[in-house]
Amino acid sequence: MKKRNRLPLFAVPYVGWMALFVVAPILMVVLYAFTNAQAGFLFSPDGFTLDNFARMGSYAPVFLRSFQLAIVATLVCVLIGYPVAYFMAREGEQFQKMAMVIIMLPMWMNFLLRTYSWIAILDRNGFINQFCRAIGLFDLINGIFGTNLEYFQMLGTPGAVVLGMVYNYLPFMILPIYSVILKLDHSLLEAARDLGADSVSVFRRVIFPLSLPGILSGVTMVFVPSVSTFAISQMMGGGTQMMLGDLIELQFLGGAYNPYLGSAIALVMMVIVVICMYVMNRFGEGEEEAVML
Amino acid sequence: MKKQIVLAFTSALALGLLSSCAMEEVPEGSQSAVQTGGNRVVNVCSWGEYIDPSLIDQFEAETGITVNYTTAESNEALYSKLQGTNYDVICPSDYMISQLIEEGKLAELNYDNIPNYALIDERFKNLSFDPDNKYTVPYTWGTLGLIYNSAMVSEPITSWDAMFDPQYAGDVLMIKNSRDAIGIALLDLGYSLNTTNEAEIQEAYEKLAEAKEAGVYQGFVMDEVFQKLEGGNAAIGAYYAGDYLTMLENNPDLKYVVPEEGANYFVDAMCVLKDAQNKDEAEAWINFMASTEVSLKNMDYIWYASPNTEALEQYPTYYEETYGEPLDMELYEIMAAPSDVLENCESYLVSPLEIRTLYNDLWTDLLS
Repeated sequence: MKKRNRLPLFAVPYVGWMALFVVAPILMVVLYAFTNAQAGFLFSPDGFTLDNFARMGSYAPVFLRSFQLAIVATLVCVLIGYPVAYFMAREGEQFQKMAMVIIMLPMWMNFLLRTYSWIAILDRNGFINQFCRAIGLFDLINGIFGTNLEYFQMLGTPGAVVLGMVYNYLPFMILPIYSVILKLDHSLLEAARDLGADSVSVFRRVIFPLSLPGILSGVTMVFVPSVSTFAISQMMGGGTQMMLGDLIELQFLGGAYNPYLGSAIALVMMVIVVICMYVMNRFGEGEEEAVML
Repeated sequence: MKKQIVLAFTSALALGLLSSCAMEEVPEGSQSAVQTGGNRVVNVCSWGEYIDPSLIDQFEAETGITVNYTTAESNEALYSKLQGTNYDVICPSDYMISQLIEEGKLAELNYDNIPNYALIDERFKNLSFDPDNKYTVPYTWGTLGLIYNSAMVSEPITSWDAMFDPQYAGDVLMIKNSRDAIGIALLDLGYSLNTTNEAEIQEAYEKLAEAKEAGVYQGFVMDEVFQKLEGGNAAIGAYYAGDYLTMLENNPDLKYVVPEEGANYFVDAMCVLKDAQNKDEAEAWINFMASTEVSLKNMDYIWYASPNTEALEQYPTYYEETYGEPLDMELYEIMAAPSDVLENCESYLVSPLEIRTLYNDLWTDLLS
């Protein structure tokens, strides 16, 4: 009895926090999204409008780019993160601790600073281009292909933005996969081997399906911040690879003040992301059950 | 910690007073100094790299008022920030000041508290954005011109055309605020910066969009321009004269030009918001910044020209005394443009609401 009474009491700060800083802002976003910019208030005459949503059609390329880049970044993270997590989980305890520190180390530094340093690496006179120049790579290429190459254009490309996302969010992919693989029941693997599965089959039919929950939570943790980022696309894209986050930021803090349009974009993005997550989780559950059966 | 330092300074100041004052005045003087040393603050929002930071300490030490100094990226960004934050002093440019006055967001100043206003050159009083000069004290002025790296282009650049020329694809940095970027395109097309003709503005937008499509722009930047141009990472950019002089210290190949089509001539002025909580402190800050001594020191640090008559006259001497070498007058003319250059320049006027909305919409379209 006592225990049951204590829980809600402990939950009060959390519930209050959520109500104040999660639910209320979302309600405000919804309110703003349907408000006519001219009227400025939803419940005034002519206050309600769908214009903000109608205008969004012209930003379809930004939506498309955001989702494309975020999906690519997430896929790259899975492709890099899964093997890392897999081998990490198989190694000795000492190695695991070391690897964990190495993975977490960059995250102790400020996120903006980390991303900013990529500019110094990738810029026209950045480290990579200077190195290539020093070893005569450009002369070589120009000699062979008859081109007039002076530097590699890396910043301001979609690839640079994806790189920024992968670099920043890769730990969020590795860690959940790692912890799932670590907790795998070894008797299942032994049983699979006893039943005659070779190591490929063990991985394909036992380990991989069982690590799907880790992949799914990794995907969520990489995809959601990627699709909504604005700092990475601004720094790595030089303002030429606008993503949804930039578009929203522009409406609130940037050159074009229109919080109504900004809220509408944020709302639509939120809905799309929720749908994506829902579909993915359903797909994940189905897969797991199918394998289990 | 800071409070203690301020307290220490004010008590030192009080001690100074003590030595020069008659005995009976001592308790009163020291008392008031301690009282004011406590919790007087002023919230200032200005641009990045736009003040000599030691002046903030000097002001705090002299007055006991704590300065909360923050920065905004552009006039438009400042305007957005004003929706949610309370500042006392802001330092917007001409056209944004008119807009803020029009919207009733600025407080009328009490010029009795700002005696140094008298030192401001007549050229910078009663300007179009504040015709009766009730709201503002000018802070700096200058031009928005074209900066290029002479080692990276084949011939000297004299026209805004270079900002749209596919020949320089990937080498150009466009400024990241709607008024300046669309303004540059308008100038290049031979239109007025203050045109309200929507077709002309649309044409300017098309010009920018076309150049963006052709890959002319390496990026849209504000203060990132320093690292990009200084490091030879881009060849051409549009930015403010004062910042050019800062960049020049780090890269002697950089050149500044007011293109033949003309340029924007801006005045940034300090004003106090109507909702300001600390109006007296705000006026003390403005008065401090307007004084000749502070203007000289600030001018020397940020390389933007001050509107203070004495500071403008004394700066070459000040420079020589400080650095032991004469000031390059060619550079001084970039900093404080002479009248024949200014004649070719146009300052921004506030646009009607529908034009501002058009600018915002086109700007979003351009970047997306």
